[in-house]
Amino acid sequence: MANLFTRFAGIESPNPFWLASAPPTDKAYNVERAFEAGWGGVVWKTLGEDPAAVNVSSRYSAIYDATGQVTGFNNIELITDRSLEINLREIEAVKKNWPDRALVVSLMVPCEEESWKTIVKLVEQTGADGLELNFGCPHGMPERGMGAAVGQVPEFVEMVTRWCKMYSRLPVIVKLTPNITDIRFSARAAHAGGADAVSLINTINSITGIDLDQMVARPIVDGKSTHGGYCGPAVKPIALNMVSEIARDPQTQGLPISGIGGISTWRDAAEFIALGAGSVQVCTAAMVHGFRIVTEMQDGLSRWMDSKGYQTLDDFRGLAVQNTTDWKYLNMNYKIVASIDQQSCIGCGRCYISCEDTSHQAISLTPKADGTNQFDIIESECVGCNLCQITCPVNDCISMVRKEADKPYMNWLNDPRNPYGEAR
Amino acid sequence: MSLQPPVTKMSPPQDIDQYFTDIHPPLTDRQALLESARCLYCFDAPCIKACPSDINIPSFIQQIHTDNLQGAAQTIYSSNILGGSCARVCPTEILCEQACVRNKEAECAPVLIGLLQRHATDHAEFEGHPFSRAAATGKRVAVVGAGPAGLSCAHRLAMKGHQVEIFEASEKPGGLNEYGIARYKMTDDFAAREVEFILGIGGITLHTHKALGRDVSLAELQSGFDAVFLGFGLQGTRKLLLEHESAKGVEDAVDYIRVLRQASDLSQIPVPQSAVVIGAGNTAIDIACQLRRLGCEEVTLAYRRGEESMSATGHEQQIARDHQVRIRTWSRPEVLLLNDQGELQGLQLRRTRLEAGELVDTDQAFTLPCDALFKAVGQTLVLPEPDMQEQLQIEGGKLWVDAQYRTPLDKVFAGGDCTSVGQDLTVEAVQQGKLAAESIHQLLMPVQA
Repeated sequence: MANLFTRFAGIESPNPFWLASAPPTDKAYNVERAFEAGWGGVVWKTLGEDPAAVNVSSRYSAIYDATGQVTGFNNIELITDRSLEINLREIEAVKKNWPDRALVVSLMVPCEEESWKTIVKLVEQTGADGLELNFGCPHGMPERGMGAAVGQVPEFVEMVTRWCKMYSRLPVIVKLTPNITDIRFSARAAHAGGADAVSLINTINSITGIDLDQMVARPIVDGKSTHGGYCGPAVKPIALNMVSEIARDPQTQGLPISGIGGISTWRDAAEFIALGAGSVQVCTAAMVHGFRIVTEMQDGLSRWMDSKGYQTLDDFRGLAVQNTTDWKYLNMNYKIVASIDQQSCIGCGRCYISCEDTSHQAISLTPKADGTNQFDIIESECVGCNLCQITCPVNDCISMVRKEADKPYMNWLNDPRNPYGEAR
Repeated sequence: MSLQPPVTKMSPPQDIDQYFTDIHPPLTDRQALLESARCLYCFDAPCIKACPSDINIPSFIQQIHTDNLQGAAQTIYSSNILGGSCARVCPTEILCEQACVRNKEAECAPVLIGLLQRHATDHAEFEGHPFSRAAATGKRVAVVGAGPAGLSCAHRLAMKGHQVEIFEASEKPGGLNEYGIARYKMTDDFAAREVEFILGIGGITLHTHKALGRDVSLAELQSGFDAVFLGFGLQGTRKLLLEHESAKGVEDAVDYIRVLRQASDLSQIPVPQSAVVIGAGNTAIDIACQLRRLGCEEVTLAYRRGEESMSATGHEQQIARDHQVRIRTWSRPEVLLLNDQGELQGLQLRRTRLEAGELVDTDQAFTLPCDALFKAVGQTLVLPEPDMQEQLQIEGGKLWVDAQYRTPLDKVFAGGDCTSVGQDLTVEAVQQGKLAAESIHQLLMPVQA
């Protein structure tokens, strides 16, 4: 079996699956259970200065797919609501029990040098493996000048990162908020401040839905609500893009990335690693299924690596980065068209109506003697958009076939149709 | 209607009612949500083409899925006002569910359209009636028969603003839904509640105990109304044409089912210890299964041809097998065997086979002992008035109608089982009643050129 051993920003863990800083890592009881289940590491739920935060009742809401599975998850919970002392004591004890697991501590204190200096020293004494700076919490804490309020100002990110590096010998991971316009600015700031790594994404400002009877967003706290932080499978595409932006950015090249955002399966994890992530952090999947889900994640990742001949995570880490490029470098001479396998077509007509109504009228409908319809691709009209393949409910019924494969690579910069052609 | 007691009376099980609950239990909210998610919302959907009443199935399932049961029910009722009973009695396995593209997918199982339709019609709540009537036209239409065809026709006519009077021969409206459907397919008083719902549109007067040919004549209806719709179904039953057919223990299946459906106390129903059912349609299956549920120990269904020729669907045949009903094909009833008191004690059957496409007897015969024999060999048209033989055209033993459901008589239309159109399915009767109403409306309110 492939070796899942992970060394991330100097922190070692038996596998890349860490639990993200969140309710599942709130206290020793949970973290012990997580380690027993096989998680490679945890980021302990964010510590702050005493007195501890106070949470409200009713904290989560979700959106679901057609079968009722959670696809997006929203929370309005604040950082730990337990005292600093209890948390530190538990962290120390857990780390002693589980020396081979990664134990990183998430932190959030006011934007003052003394506050950060104090807390990083305290954490260092617990034997924890690293620090994660929570610059991302999008709800509640920003109203107090913390969390995303710091993460949204690159200068603050750099400043606080520098303090932490100055006062602690532990690796510093800066957790980035996605609630910004360009993630690279935050990453560059963390890098400039001396961060050992970044982790992303934190949750996205969200309202998951409105209770149309009470006319209030969910979750409902006595008739009122507030925006929360969005996570779960629905945010994965946003997270993948932000990870790739940082991985591709020459200014942050080589900066370790801990990937976070909707990771629910081994495949999700492999995708983040392919885009350069050194470890992955999971929360929603564990909250929906329990800690045991890591069993299937580890097993699936190992077997897939075996099938590909990858012996270690480094063997495929970042391999998709080089193939993620700007639009202008895409091959204008690449042409694919849809092809329908008539044997497996069930005649639902979804491809036809989607193409006819909303795309390129590239599918014909022919009534058959038995009352069903036959659907055929009109290749001359097909632009290879994939819509028919996406809407088709049958696996491998519609495939996209390469045409004119003998044409040479030509990007938009060289394309004679480009009115601003840089080459001309 | 009196039922001759069978020779041997069994005691039905004490908790007999539990054997007559829904054969297909309704979906829960959660099941309906999951099942509705399976619908692919096909374009030019095969299920709609397969529905005799043209229900927009993908649309109502999408409405169920988006928590809009009222909209779903309205979609169903707008094509089929008896959508509730059709959800229960339709042979969906040869209609919408057979056409469902999910049959061809890897899962090889259709969306449970019938049960979803039932979910919507059972749970939708309306303030008042879901349809309103057009402005009164001043036209009056007589509908003969308060079965599915007549009710469907009456409802559509009322919607169009016409005044409708229904003449029903029986004590209760509903037709076969009230008197002829297996009790485990349509439970409790659903048939009566559905009629009440349909009449809720207003503009329809129901006369029960008013039989055409007995209490009212066609000539009176023709002169007293602007149009007449005939939907009186099939009131006769086929005979075996054997000696002793009137002997004690030989029954028409429809009579027994009628008693069974109307019984307030099932434990009072006479039950034979062993029975033979002759027939190959859904009525034969229905009575065979219900006899088993009533406690009859041995039920054999005999049919002179093979399984492939049975008009009961494969699904219905399976239900019979699940009830441990023995199906004897290629067996033609030959001699009714009586005891000294003239009561039925058995049946001799002749083995048959096909010879050059013709059904022929073999030299083999066998005997089935039984206390009761139930004939389910088909229902026949009984013309309420002898004159009708000349006035109306008979085709294949039933009333001929043209594509607009017109009979040869001026302003007289017909639909449902009494006509030669379709396979006598409830859903077809509903559609024919609806389309006849549209034709009547065109006749009464011609569009000005």
